Amino acid sequence: MFSDIDLQTFLFGRLTWASIPLHEPILIATFTAVVLGGLALVAAVTYYRAWGYLWREWITSVDHKRIGVMYGILAIIMLLRGFADAIMMLTQKAVAFGPNEGYLPPHHFDQVFTAHGVIMIFFFAMPMVTAVMNYVMPLQIGARDVAFPFLNNFSFWMTAGGAFLTMVSLFVGEFARTGWLAYPPLSGPDFSPGVGVDYYIWGLQVAGVGTTLSGINLIATIVKMRAPGMTMMKMPIFTWTTLCTNVLIVAAFPVLTATLALLSLDRYVGTHFFTNDLGGNPMMYINLIWIWGHPEVYILILPCFGIYSEIVSTYCGKRLFGYASMVYATVVITILSYLVWLHHFFTMGSGASVNAFFGITTMIISIPTGAKIFNWLFTMYRGRIRFEVPMLWTVGFMVTFVIGGMTGVLLAVPPADFVLHNGLFLVAHFHNVIIGGVVFGLMAGLYYWFPKVTGYRLDPFWGKMTFWFWLVGFYFAFMPQYVLGLMGVTRRLNHFEDYALQPWYYAATFGALLIALGIGSFIVQLAVTFLRREQLRDLTGDPWHGRTLEWSTSSPPPPYNFAFIPIVHEQDAWWDMKRRGHVRPRDGYRPIHMPKNTAAGFVLSAISTVLAFALIWYIWWLAIVSFVALIAAAIAHTFNYRRDYYIPAEEVMSFEDGRARAAAE
Amino acid sequence: MLLPVLLAGCNAVVMDPAGDIAVQQRNLIVTSTVLMLLIIVPVITLTLLFAWHYRAENKKATYDPEWHHSTRLEVVIWTAPLMIIIALGAITWLSTHTLDPYRPLTRLDSSRPLPADAKPLNVQVVALDWKWLFFYPDHGIATVNELAAPVDVPIAFHITSATVMNSFFIPALAGQVYAMAGMETKLHAVINEEGTYNGFSANYSGSGFSRMNFNFHGMTRQGFDQWVEKVKREGSALDRPAYLALEQPKEDVPVQYFSRVEDGLYTAILNMCAVPGKMCMAEMHHIDSMGGAGRESHENRERLRYDNRLMQSGHEASAATHPASGRPPRGGGDGDVQPEGMRPRPGSPAVNQPTTHPDTPQGHAMPGAPDTVAPPQLNNKTDSNNTDTNKTDSGQPR
Repeated sequence: MFSDIDLQTFLFGRLTWASIPLHEPILIATFTAVVLGGLALVAAVTYYRAWGYLWREWITSVDHKRIGVMYGILAIIMLLRGFADAIMMLTQKAVAFGPNEGYLPPHHFDQVFTAHGVIMIFFFAMPMVTAVMNYVMPLQIGARDVAFPFLNNFSFWMTAGGAFLTMVSLFVGEFARTGWLAYPPLSGPDFSPGVGVDYYIWGLQVAGVGTTLSGINLIATIVKMRAPGMTMMKMPIFTWTTLCTNVLIVAAFPVLTATLALLSLDRYVGTHFFTNDLGGNPMMYINLIWIWGHPEVYILILPCFGIYSEIVSTYCGKRLFGYASMVYATVVITILSYLVWLHHFFTMGSGASVNAFFGITTMIISIPTGAKIFNWLFTMYRGRIRFEVPMLWTVGFMVTFVIGGMTGVLLAVPPADFVLHNGLFLVAHFHNVIIGGVVFGLMAGLYYWFPKVTGYRLDPFWGKMTFWFWLVGFYFAFMPQYVLGLMGVTRRLNHFEDYALQPWYYAATFGALLIALGIGSFIVQLAVTFLRREQLRDLTGDPWHGRTLEWSTSSPPPPYNFAFIPIVHEQDAWWDMKRRGHVRPRDGYRPIHMPKNTAAGFVLSAISTVLAFALIWYIWWLAIVSFVALIAAAIAHTFNYRRDYYIPAEEVMSFEDGRARAAAE
Repeated sequence: MLLPVLLAGCNAVVMDPAGDIAVQQRNLIVTSTVLMLLIIVPVITLTLLFAWHYRAENKKATYDPEWHHSTRLEVVIWTAPLMIIIALGAITWLSTHTLDPYRPLTRLDSSRPLPADAKPLNVQVVALDWKWLFFYPDHGIATVNELAAPVDVPIAFHITSATVMNSFFIPALAGQVYAMAGMETKLHAVINEEGTYNGFSANYSGSGFSRMNFNFHGMTRQGFDQWVEKVKREGSALDRPAYLALEQPKEDVPVQYFSRVEDGLYTAILNMCAVPGKMCMAEMHHIDSMGGAGRESHENRERLRYDNRLMQSGHEASAATHPASGRPPRGGGDGDVQPEGMRPRPGSPAVNQPTTHPDTPQGHAMPGAPDTVAPPQLNNKTDSNNTDTNKTDSGQPR
């Protein structure tokens, strides 16, 4: 194609035709499906002439509700990808015994398990948690948007940019083959010279910017924008956990950014922070990455604890037991999560006193966590429990999570960790807490707040199917892995000689298939809900007899959330308002000051993604051009003075009257 | 939770180990689990009980929507876990110290203390891409992917790596410890029953990781001596070139025996100067402790480069693909680049089959660098101290 090889290298860097994995049938089939699906989507959008609508109402939107929904859609797409990886891994492990090599050679299998971890944590769990926080928290505190609406849009698009890069690695080049935390020296320039680790680094760096900024944004929102009367100790528990989570994000994510920056210096400019030679020390990376990594797991679980708290008190029709101790437990967990990182590498040869210290601090976290479990338990006590789908998830969580908690404390005992570390026991443990805690919580939250988002409830039959498939599937998939861990099986193996392990892998694969049915049921649930939306419609805005302020406005909420900012007197502000005979005001509306949509977030993120792609492939001219463009676009945005507008009082009145009429019918 | 454990009791090696350290670790797992079940079982029971009893359909159940606080209960729900954690914390503190892998053994098993004249068997372990090299300094032999030890004799492992991180793990014997280049970790253990046990790397290290396993034989004293004789009889010599050939990345490596080992080879590996011309870590530490080499230290740079040796010699680790290495991505139809683990397996692992590339590279010494383990320091600032640069016995003990 190019006679001058240097010109080609100049134009495309490391990128050549050989980088496209045309020889991988699995990838070609996936790629074809993605292209066909993408074309169908583009055709549909064009057919319905929806491009303008998408651009104006969604892509450039600074409305925290729209952004929350977009986070949710991104997360569900990435869940499908991450889960496909999980199924591939487990089927490989179930068949690859003795002479059978399975269908995933090491170079592919190693990418699959790395991608599974990265995608599930960074691009499913994180966006989904952010989706719920972004959507619900401003409504719970009676705010009209977040503190920095443009920043919110920018954060979302940066997260999406990181996810996009990770997906591109599937079809252009390869992904890292290092495990999801890319331990050096394996991830260093000498042992992984390909583009895989660079995709990993830049995907996470681009998404990490979004996460950090979103953390700052949500903290500012909670601190500055609560409705009058809502003191800190009157905030809903979900808002409390959101606050603590974002404090963790703001304190932890810069560590990840710095650590990955050091690794990229090793890879790009030949420094020796984490190499074996020239005075580098890989143990430093492992410490740093877990100083981010351990708070990260609490970043995921704390909002889910908040979700369970809201759900338990709503469906028990009862005030949350021990609100104050719940708050203190959350804050204690937030602080302690910084004092335990070393338990991820007891086996790296630290002295006994160091190991014992970190083991004991880890166990101490189980005290506030245990207190939380008891608080939910005693909220159920003398309640009147309606077993709607979110409550099923909550009970499922309480039973499942304590098992995961127990195995977690067991792993915190250093000598026990020596035999269980890096094994399938560990794998089973963290899936036990992440699926049993985070995923169950997110599914419960999704069902709980879905009527707020769309104005109609999710279909309960398919909701229950989703729950039971997930619950049973989880036990089938991961209890055998506990057993395999006790049989001394380590993780990340793609081939076995010992046939005694095979039945357990069959069971685990069966469990994964049940979870697949659970995910299928979830998608069917969305479709059925859409078809039956008239029967499932909720006009009151408060389908579950909720207790917090998000249920006081209509569903879906108007762009301005609240025509009048509520005044808070009690915890469970909406419950209190209802009890005191709240009536919707019918007049006295005023114009509402709102932020204006902007394309800047999308543009900045698109340029950042191009910059990252150029850096991954060593296309230096493109990197320079896009870097300059990034700075220019950021400066240009500061000259955009069309940042706000007023919703006229008449418009507010007509909207509110329309909702009131509909509710009365 | 307990049920699957019991079901698997017959073949769960972690629950039924053969070495005293692993037995103590198993006992610790059981004790901790029982201790925690004291609180887990009531929680699960109460959850299900409350969920059933206070269901909305049960009109007989008390409903008290404003009941949300009870100081007495709050005290209980914070104290009960606290008590368990205090007990568990005490167990943790004690067991972490008694089962510290760096601590020499004090007993052979629960009924037998260590005899006063017991001499431990020293084994030096090196993780390579993707095989294990074991030195027996007491016997002057070395093996690849096979480890043996007499029963009821304490074993002192010294563990390092000549590549990325690995984790040395024999579940039947004792817990794992990481193997890291330029550093030495330690593990003390004893095997109490004769038998053949699995050993492997428990920390992912690249494409050959799945087959980086070996057999560990617990033998009688007599059997062990015969095994040493067999290694001496059947083995070849492990000198520097043989080691450098062995070091090349290779998957699914058969057992190999070495009857003689070049002096100081393990120390050189530990100090990352097995490749001729490389500066030993101990020498670098010495220079640093003397205040550094100053402006001339850049002359040492090439001698301190170590990780890139395989890439430059065309034997890079498997994560290297086009265009960094000029080799097309793996997984194509081309047999040359197919990972070795995917090729038809050899019939039986033959001892001492040459498994490495014949034209072994000789490292990347600087021009004129002397071909010794630790060549004299180039810097003349530390001139007077150069005499002891060959003393590389310290490594970087941790």
